[in-house]
Amino acid sequence: MGFDRREFIKIAGISALAGLGSRAAFELLQPGELEATSASYAANQGALNAKRWAMVIDMQKCLPQEGCKDCMHRCHRLHNVPDFGNAKDEIKWIWKEAFAHAFPEQESEYLAERLHHEPFVVLCNHCANPPCVRVCPTKATFKRKQDGIVTMDMHRCIGCRFCMAACPYGSRSFNWRDPRGRNAQGEPFLEEINREYPTRNKGVVEKCNFCVERLAQGKNPACVEACRHGALVFGDLADDHSEVREILREHYTIRRKPELGTDPSVFYIV
Amino acid sequence: MMLYDAGKIIAGLVIFAAFFTVPFWYGGGKTSEMPKLELTAQARQAGQCVEPKERMRQDHMQLLDDWRDAAVRDGNRTYTSSTGKSYTVSLQNTCMDCHSNKDKFCDRCHGYMGVSQLYCWDCHLDPTEEKTVWASTDGNS
Amino acid sequence: MLEKALRGNRGYWMWIALLMGIIGVGFLFYLQQLRDGLTITGMGRDVSWGFYVAQFTYLVGVAASAVMLVMPYYLHDYKKFGKIVILGEFLAVSAVSMCVLFIFVDLGQPFRVMNVVLHPTLNSVMFWDMIVLSGYFVLNIIIGWATLGAERKGVQPADWVKPLIYLSIPWAVSIHTVTAFLYAGLPGRHLWLTAILAARFLASAFASGPALLIILCLIVRRVTRFDPGKEAIQTLAKIVTYAMITNVFFLLLEFFTAFYSGIPGHKHSLQYLFFGLDGYGKLVPFMWTFVFLAAVGIALLLVPKWRRQENLLAVAAVAVVVSTWIDKGMGLVVGGFIPNPFEQVVEYGPTGPELSITLGVWAIGFLILTILYKVAVGVKEETAA
Repeated sequence: MGFDRREFIKIAGISALAGLGSRAAFELLQPGELEATSASYAANQGALNAKRWAMVIDMQKCLPQEGCKDCMHRCHRLHNVPDFGNAKDEIKWIWKEAFAHAFPEQESEYLAERLHHEPFVVLCNHCANPPCVRVCPTKATFKRKQDGIVTMDMHRCIGCRFCMAACPYGSRSFNWRDPRGRNAQGEPFLEEINREYPTRNKGVVEKCNFCVERLAQGKNPACVEACRHGALVFGDLADDHSEVREILREHYTIRRKPELGTDPSVFYIV
Repeated sequence: MMLYDAGKIIAGLVIFAAFFTVPFWYGGGKTSEMPKLELTAQARQAGQCVEPKERMRQDHMQLLDDWRDAAVRDGNRTYTSSTGKSYTVSLQNTCMDCHSNKDKFCDRCHGYMGVSQLYCWDCHLDPTEEKTVWASTDGNS
Repeated sequence: MLEKALRGNRGYWMWIALLMGIIGVGFLFYLQQLRDGLTITGMGRDVSWGFYVAQFTYLVGVAASAVMLVMPYYLHDYKKFGKIVILGEFLAVSAVSMCVLFIFVDLGQPFRVMNVVLHPTLNSVMFWDMIVLSGYFVLNIIIGWATLGAERKGVQPADWVKPLIYLSIPWAVSIHTVTAFLYAGLPGRHLWLTAILAARFLASAFASGPALLIILCLIVRRVTRFDPGKEAIQTLAKIVTYAMITNVFFLLLEFFTAFYSGIPGHKHSLQYLFFGLDGYGKLVPFMWTFVFLAAVGIALLLVPKWRRQENLLAVAAVAVVVSTWIDKGMGLVVGGFIPNPFEQVVEYGPTGPELSITLGVWAIGFLILTILYKVAVGVKEETAA
């Protein structure tokens, strides 16, 4: 019988493939997967829920509070956002940008000067059609099915920064260096630590997460809670009776770069 | 039987064998002692982790992965264990609340088993660690 | 066949040692980057891709250009390319290796790179780019090795090689199309958001790749006993000529649309690159170098009298390689990020460590190329003798 080396390797290869596909091998490679457990996972009781979370930023209330940075400080402190002290490496979840920069297509020489250079609060728009989610090669950035929040799985991010190229709002920040490090003067980049929230490691992208961890505890986002002037309103865009829908009915609002089809969930009263 | 290039082949085999057995030479034939599990008073008082001891010992890595995905990806942050009790799904705030002795509870055994390359603590905060400790390990400064 | 790469003269080993040296330096800087993070590069929150991704984009083109040899030879039976088609395929292998390495060194978490495979994401162009690039790599190494092995034995390549060769033709087009799609589908990056980006990429690729191959052929002829053939080189030159003209034509189309429509977003990046914007113009001298070299290259290539002089042809080829690199690598990638989403100009320039790592990756590419060419040329010399 002609049973040469070539034949042998062929048969061995096919058997190996068949073996790998079998149930036993599956069990071997993924222990516990096929095992039934009586444990279960559920959303927290008392969590805040919505079909589509959205925010209205009332600049008529915000602008008079010159120099106020309550929302930014609270957010950055609670989320352990480091301060690297330079613009190149900077990480931002919520910050201020001049109107002309936040809404560049609205720019006009004759725009009310009141507006032109006025700082507008900007953050991730939690788009209904987010380009960052579309481009992420590992689903590290994803849109939550239950409430439309665009958030990140930091464990999965490979740091390719495709999302930063895709986001038309500059809302994404990369950890160019270790946020737990210190500057040349020996001062830590994180001055205060919130021990209930993780930091990030170097080499991953991060962004505003609409405080998913607080919503799960039944609390409003940190920035909304921190604002003493009621300029930030958070609510369900899909709910006719929500406060945000109430405000949107009453006021003329604008969104950043709606012409790009991203369908942002952050609205501005100017 | 003929063996062409016998010298080269035998020398190659000897080098291969030496290289392959390096761990044994390196360890000098000694075995290191398995670390004893040390629990905090809080953990001892609780008596049981979120799942029975055997299950935790064997599958804690799988459970942590499931917890991670449940909390981060699905937004499910309440875990009802097979014992019927409910827990908040959080490494930092639930696990480490009881097991606040990371160096004894996690590190020693991971070190013994040679799985010390875990990156959990690059981001999650270890309750025993002072901020100043990790801040000084940065390569930038 | 690999043993041919283990025998060489003094010059060969000195060249290998030089490459190893550059790789070593690059590797040391890469270790620094692993330790300190990508902060050691010139990239930042505004220009978040830089030199590495620029090289990647350029080299995908070089890889794709092998099709310019494969197609005439296998599809149209253009015999003159028979001798050098292997050089094109091995150039593609080396270029794809560099592409992969440039993406790898650009990652913030390189050790998690397998997440792309563990969590395949069909809506991400980067996932598809990984598929087409790795497929192209495998195709070319198999085709190249099989045809060369057959040539050595003096027989026809095995039957199964032919379908792979035909497959490699559309596949080559796909790698550069998909790479263009990385950019061309991003809202808000006006320089990239153009339907002809893939076409531009291919035109630029079919100019830069064959131009590089002309240079390599001339070098191979000088340092070995293998002659790629004067006529084959001339045909390559003609391919470069028309591809380069098409490339420049496509770029002019971009200028027309941007400036005749007058839409600010469409104009800004081009203004920044060629004339400077808001007082910033770091890349302006480079872009005009591109214009100058492109003009010189086209002129030298277009006039048959000049093209036939191989010294001038070499100059033209270098001009095309450098100019397409400035245009498609540096200019396109960096220019796409300027101005930033807030219409502000934040400039970028690579740092020393970044340049060293880049050089290191190029050196790895050239090492792979040298070894593959050594094998190929060795077989050619052997069968000719």
